[in-house]
Amino acid sequence: MPSIPATPPRLTGEALCAGYDARRVLDGVDLAVAEGKLTVLLGPNGSGKSTLLKTLARTLTPSAGRVCLDGQDIHRRNTREVARRLGILPQGPSAPEGLTVRQLVGMGRFPHQRLWRQDAAQDARAIREAMAYADVTDLADRDVDALSGGQRQRCWIAMVLAQETDLILLDEPTTFLDLKVQVDLLDLLSRLAHEHGRTLLLVLHDLNLAAAYADRLVMMRDGRIVTSGTPEAVFTADNLKRVFDLDAHVIRDPHGQALVCVPARSGRGPSATAPAHDARVAI
Amino acid sequence: MTHSASLNPPGDGAVESRRARDLGLAALLGLVLLASMGLSLTLGSFPTPFGEVLHALATPQDSDIAFIVRELRLPRIVLAVLVGAALAVAGAILQGIVRNPLASPDVIGITSGAALAAVAFLALFGTGLSIHWLPVSALLGALLSTLLVFLLAWQRGITPSRLVLVGIGLSAAMGAVTTLLIVISDDAAAMVAYVWLTGSLYAAQWQDVLGMLPWLLAAIPLCLTQARHMDAMALGDHVAQGLGVNVLRSRLVLMACSVALAGAAVAFAGGLSFVGLIAPHIAARLVGRGFARLMPAAALIGALIVLYADLLGRVAFLPKDLPAGIFVSGVGAPFFVYLLYRTRVVTRG
Repeated sequence: MPSIPATPPRLTGEALCAGYDARRVLDGVDLAVAEGKLTVLLGPNGSGKSTLLKTLARTLTPSAGRVCLDGQDIHRRNTREVARRLGILPQGPSAPEGLTVRQLVGMGRFPHQRLWRQDAAQDARAIREAMAYADVTDLADRDVDALSGGQRQRCWIAMVLAQETDLILLDEPTTFLDLKVQVDLLDLLSRLAHEHGRTLLLVLHDLNLAAAYADRLVMMRDGRIVTSGTPEAVFTADNLKRVFDLDAHVIRDPHGQALVCVPARSGRGPSATAPAHDARVAI
Repeated sequence: MTHSASLNPPGDGAVESRRARDLGLAALLGLVLLASMGLSLTLGSFPTPFGEVLHALATPQDSDIAFIVRELRLPRIVLAVLVGAALAVAGAILQGIVRNPLASPDVIGITSGAALAAVAFLALFGTGLSIHWLPVSALLGALLSTLLVFLLAWQRGITPSRLVLVGIGLSAAMGAVTTLLIVISDDAAAMVAYVWLTGSLYAAQWQDVLGMLPWLLAAIPLCLTQARHMDAMALGDHVAQGLGVNVLRSRLVLMACSVALAGAAVAFAGGLSFVGLIAPHIAARLVGRGFARLMPAAALIGALIVLYADLLGRVAFLPKDLPAGIFVSGVGAPFFVYLLYRTRVVTRG
């Protein structure tokens, strides 16, 4: 591990191997999810980042190795008990027709409810807070399936928040959304980690957004973790080449601190095209 | 406390009024059902004024009217209600689990298995041997064929789409064998088999009611304990698991309830399973979301459908007593198409 987390990690994967049928997708992965931080899994398609997230979320059972939550094998624990500590939002969830936002968010209370024992006041408070935090209070009585993609995703996040778990795993929560909507969602998620001490693990596709928002990046290729650490340490041209086979320059956003990668177009680098362009403008 | 609490969080005025509305609707449906049962008791080849029906029910006596009301009509009416409710709940469960509005007890082989067993029973023993064993054999057929569908569809768990594909395939095969058996058996047995396949409550007796009742009493409370799990699974397996639902276990419990309900209903009344398709749809248009509300509403509507289908069969073409299945499909199918058409107009308009 490149850096030692301040508090011991509660969710860890040890020598994880997993896959679908005969195809092995994860090949001996060790990962400790840093407490109170926003960690992003990055990697090309088929690198196993979603599979790793699903295995950590107990959706997939590993063929070898184990996932520990608070020191116990997550696949042996009562699933409802796990759900009070760990919330997950799978990729592209779909709500049934006619379900209202309030009903969807209310489903987040499921692990806290029993047939014979329900704390209505506690549930109502958690739902209200979750909707307010995700900014969907005004949509409460609308049907989820009638909302825009960004609004819908905020509703799903509100559902996970109503679950009131310390750990939250999200699989590509920003895919297919407008850039502005992606930025708003990531702002929301990073506040969860930094202001509320939640531990977040995300799969993201966009390299620059990942570098801008992640406290830690985990870069994967071919079912293994290639490197992990702070964006400062691992978001380098060398690593992008190794992990994504991408020729790119990594520069610093002149108005902030974020690192930005600029893909180099094959055949001609940016330095080669820029003067020609300038020359044409001058004429 | 209600079971649907997780779908309908407390502390909201709109939700409270919605809940009151749904309760009122359930009460209304219950009253309509009771009134319909009363109406049905007065009608038949020997029309009986309501006063006489009450008198026959209230006081023990040996008269023709008492016999007609207590031993012919009442068990038949009660069985119609139980069968309709069972099929509707079975259908609501399957539509929820498979997440497909076209699912019905047919698709996982319940009806075809029961039909094959019943027809085989008739072909083997003719109409001579005690006909009381027919429901037993039909129920066994339903359970065995569903078990077979499950075993064939099992692949480290059950995925709904695979279950439906295997169910439809196996149903087609069993349907072929059923037809073959009817063709080669003698005319009398073939006629009984045919009426059974259409679905009929003809000559229902109290012992049929007693055979049907335990299945409902066992399955419906069990379904209600799983209502919230069902609502969570409607969000998809992965979300449900994330919320702490043991998806495989819940699905198996619900499936078992569905098979028990539909299997028993088909065993005692034959091929009426179309009720299992339409009743949940009608119910879903009347009540809000949430399985704990849908189930009772569907049960009441299913009961009403079978009750009126049987009433029509009894009195519309006197002196002929027609199988209820004709009216369930004959009236139900156009109504179903109309419902779908109307929803499309409403959602597009």
